[in-house]
Amino acid sequence: MSGAPDLPGWAALLVGILVIAGAVMTLLGSIGLVRLGTFFERIHPPTVGSSSGMALIVLASMICFSVLRSRPAVHEILIAISVTMTTPVTFMLLARAALYRERLEGQSTGDPGDEDPVHSD
Amino acid sequence: MKRWLHFPFLALAMLAMWLLLAQSLSPGQILLGTVAALLATHALKALRPEKVRLGSPKAILKLLSIVLADIVRSNFAVAAIVAFPRQKRVTGFVSLPLELQSRAGLAVLALIITATPGTVWVDLDRRRNRLLVHVLDLVDEQQWVSLIKERYEALLVEIFDR
Repeated sequence: MSGAPDLPGWAALLVGILVIAGAVMTLLGSIGLVRLGTFFERIHPPTVGSSSGMALIVLASMICFSVLRSRPAVHEILIAISVTMTTPVTFMLLARAALYRERLEGQSTGDPGDEDPVHSD
Repeated sequence: MKRWLHFPFLALAMLAMWLLLAQSLSPGQILLGTVAALLATHALKALRPEKVRLGSPKAILKLLSIVLADIVRSNFAVAAIVAFPRQKRVTGFVSLPLELQSRAGLAVLALIITATPGTVWVDLDRRRNRLLVHVLDLVDEQQWVSLIKERYEALLVEIFDR
């Protein structure tokens, strides 16, 4: 990192706060993934990392490299768009797979679609 | 020109993406990006996607700002649930009927619901058009139904189902 010492103080502070905030949100999401009880509960916290954690770090990167190169660096926005549009697909696949398995095994998940087990589509 | 420009909006978005990735606005990159965007949208035509007619830009902007605000709010809500676990937290499924028909609109609704922490789109019964959502902090089922229907679905119907 040869460029970092050129970052002015105010920008370094701002970037540092944003990166740490993003890391804290991502960490909280990961802790939730480990600590919550059931599969369907545990599928929720990781979205914190993929939304606010990601957004804060992307913002920090944009500010850092815009200041360093003294011209706007906005291509990081593509990361935000791609992550926001693709991670839900994985979450939905996981949720559907879990629901299918629980219906197949006949466990009651408390989902209102239970009266129509397995053959829902 | 008409033969090549089937999806002008998508082609423009792809050109913008190309230029962002190249980090340059030089004529050479614009030319290359335009050719790539036209080729890609031409290939997309072979998939025969459903024709999408977008509603008013005002409704799109309104939906975008609502969704952004909700994502920020539920980020804090879910982070708080993880950081300060409560004893009595109800979690469960919510089933609700949908009026939205457009496939593109449904895809956007799925993205909104799943990208927002605390809610995950689980299943959509296309015959009955009934949606199954899992909610982490399910206090009042009716409140979630009206949240999804009034805040998101009404605007999506306005944008996509016309």
